Amino acid sequence: MASVVLSEAEKVYIVHGIQEDLRVDGRGCEDYRCIEVETDVVSNTSGSARVKLGHTDILVGVKAEMGTPKLENPNEGYLEFFVDCSANATPEFEGRGGEELATEIVNTLYRIFSNESTIDVKSLCINPREHCWVLYVDVLLLECGGNLFDAISIAVKAALFNTRIPKVRVLEDEEGSKEIELSDDPFDCIRLNVDNVPCIITLSKIGCRHVVDATLQEEACSLASLLLSVTSRGTLTCMKKLGNGSLDPESIFEMMETGKRVGKTLHTSLQKILDKEESLGTTRQKVGFLG
Amino acid sequence: SPHFPPLENPGVRALQRQVACEPHRVTPVCWQMRGSRSKALHDRALVNCQYSMATFSTGERKRRPHGDRKSSEMTLHLKQTFEAAILTQLYPRSQIDIYVQILQADGGNYCACVNAATLATIDAGIPMRDYVCASSAGFIEDTPLADLNYVEEAAGGPQVALALLPKSDQIALLEMNSRLHEDHLEQVIEAASKACKDVYAVLDQVVRDHVHEVTTLLGE
Repeated sequence: MASVVLSEAEKVYIVHGIQEDLRVDGRGCEDYRCIEVETDVVSNTSGSARVKLGHTDILVGVKAEMGTPKLENPNEGYLEFFVDCSANATPEFEGRGGEELATEIVNTLYRIFSNESTIDVKSLCINPREHCWVLYVDVLLLECGGNLFDAISIAVKAALFNTRIPKVRVLEDEEGSKEIELSDDPFDCIRLNVDNVPCIITLSKIGCRHVVDATLQEEACSLASLLLSVTSRGTLTCMKKLGNGSLDPESIFEMMETGKRVGKTLHTSLQKILDKEESLGTTRQKVGFLG
Repeated sequence: SPHFPPLENPGVRALQRQVACEPHRVTPVCWQMRGSRSKALHDRALVNCQYSMATFSTGERKRRPHGDRKSSEMTLHLKQTFEAAILTQLYPRSQIDIYVQILQADGGNYCACVNAATLATIDAGIPMRDYVCASSAGFIEDTPLADLNYVEEAAGGPQVALALLPKSDQIALLEMNSRLHEDHLEQVIEAASKACKDVYAVLDQVVRDHVHEVTTLLGE
């Protein structure tokens, strides 16, 4: 992971500030940096989103392709995740350097989405046992500025919200062979319900307090973090401890409460932005990569 | 050893507006420049490139972003092009990394990379002999076409990729696919050269505007 070198004095400065609920950039312990979300930025995809959280820049593209359902779930479609750490983020990611981080992120995403209430995968089925929609969710890390998991989960939720899957009809002829017909109207499509898609909130323990949305510098001062997956209703679906340090059970319960609180607010703001983009429709001015 | 200015914002986002047919088609490319001191040559700088395509950049999903044959070939071409253009003798025992990331592909990938990399090199303050401007060209229905898009490339006709140093009219890279009668070659190269010069005009204007803005903000 991209890391920054801090002197002892800088670390002490950051830690002491956080004890007083004052971070280096003036935020409180439970404040996020300014988040920019934009959907539909890549035209070759079924859905896409770009999220900029401070210096962290994530681009997610979702491609819907026809595939065969998995043997254990013949009536469902499925999601496949892939993470690419671009060398632009840090030269350490050149070649196969980013694979470790990518695997960690992919595994976390699979864990979050393994819950059957997250996405209605039954709606992705076309012909049981024969055809289904496979959603390939590809995450591209353009820049690392701390708090990767949060930004990635926001981008994945936004991209899934933006995904438009073409409507298909199954035609069966007398011999019983099935044919799949794509709708003539390119705007005829099904959308996904992302109300139950959780967002990841990472809480980093610094000193005796914990902070939300740590920058690279704050992550360097933190020995342990708790990664929580929170739905819009405040339900915790997944929890993971990161880092070399240890956490005592008291702190874990406190962090869980903070995570749930912050998570609900994050979901409300995100949904507001997504609905606003949706309501503007084609009149929306796209910033894309010029901003 | 040379000192490279610290990069607060290491990503330089350069957009290429494809000249000719449809000026609103854009192939966005992001990349980064930095200097480091690992295993370099004694008399000049090492230019290290990586060409990577996002898996969702093409119409059909790409399974590997980089490391496959096509990407390795592009990486090598970029390296050769920029080793020719950058004044590497000024930075012995150093390494210059150029990482190009294709976010959306609609034809002319290599050319967009070269143009973006030129702008980023200039932004990084690394001295070059000249701008390197690239454009593709093809020959369809007895007409030379400049800057082919994906549909035109997929049609299977001859394609020429040309990287040019516009002031001296020197060719840094010339590549051709498929079959083209030699009588037509000159027209096609002519079309590509003209497109390169048009791109040069745009890039030059962008650089001048940016420098003007920066110096005004610095109050000089």
